[in-house]
Amino acid sequence: MNTATERLHEQFDTSRQQLKASKLGMWTFLATEVLLFGALFCVYSFYRFQYPQGYALGSKHTDVVLGTIETIILLTSSLTMALAIRAIRLAQRRTSIALLLTTAAFGVSFLAIHATEYVHEWHEHLFPGHTFDATLRAVSGTEMFFTLYYVMTGLHALHVTIGLTVLLVLVELTRRNRFSPTYFTPVELGGLYWHLVDIVWIFLFPLFYLVSRT
Amino acid sequence: MSNPSVRTLRLYLIVWLALMALVALTVASAYVKLSGFNLVTSMLISAAKTALVMTLYMELRREHGTTVVFALTGFFWLILMIAPTVADIATR
Repeated sequence: MNTATERLHEQFDTSRQQLKASKLGMWTFLATEVLLFGALFCVYSFYRFQYPQGYALGSKHTDVVLGTIETIILLTSSLTMALAIRAIRLAQRRTSIALLLTTAAFGVSFLAIHATEYVHEWHEHLFPGHTFDATLRAVSGTEMFFTLYYVMTGLHALHVTIGLTVLLVLVELTRRNRFSPTYFTPVELGGLYWHLVDIVWIFLFPLFYLVSRT
Repeated sequence: MSNPSVRTLRLYLIVWLALMALVALTVASAYVKLSGFNLVTSMLISAAKTALVMTLYMELRREHGTTVVFALTGFFWLILMIAPTVADIATR
């Protein structure tokens, strides 16, 4: 028999206390995620002020249209994620599953668009290394810009992939009736992770696609 | 609506519309010469988007004080790390 109730671990007195501890733990983990990307944002800032011309030139070679579409996709996926949690609260299980799957579909399309960007950039000789475009290399900082572009968007794409895995597990658990309007902690925590991945992209987008467009 | 703590669908959609407007503003501002303030502008808009996502989609507004402090700590440390780094290069 499926039970949509919560198991209270022995160290907690009430399920309310257990929920609070879960959320505090998740936000602590998210703070470490902010700092994981933070170290890279710090490196980015250092070289941006060191090589403004290189960054401006490099940024002109990124695809601003695709970048904007990706931003819209991720922000919309945050909406569907928040609505999926709302649906569980209202005991609308089927709606919640549909919204979680929609969120996952947005995630997959984000990754697909990003993959086409990477392929295109490879053919344009924008990948750092011996194949890197010689005229671009002549301006110092351009190659560093693209190195950070691949490391930071790549690490972000890895996070989207992890988020997708979490979403699919949540879909399966919701399907098995594991959540109810009074207990849905794993969906809330998964949602927090998904939103954080969105927030990272909110900053990556202007820093890589919009350095110098005037 | 059985559960009074559930926010209205309208609120979620208004936040989404605000986010879309901010995306448009980010892209548009990048094509206008703001005499060196383009980076600051885009970062401020990004911070506004983040604030919307954190307070309403991540429900931080309803969280306990301790959780809010923990949530903001990561960003505070990030500023501590980046600000002196930038200040160093800017003042060389």
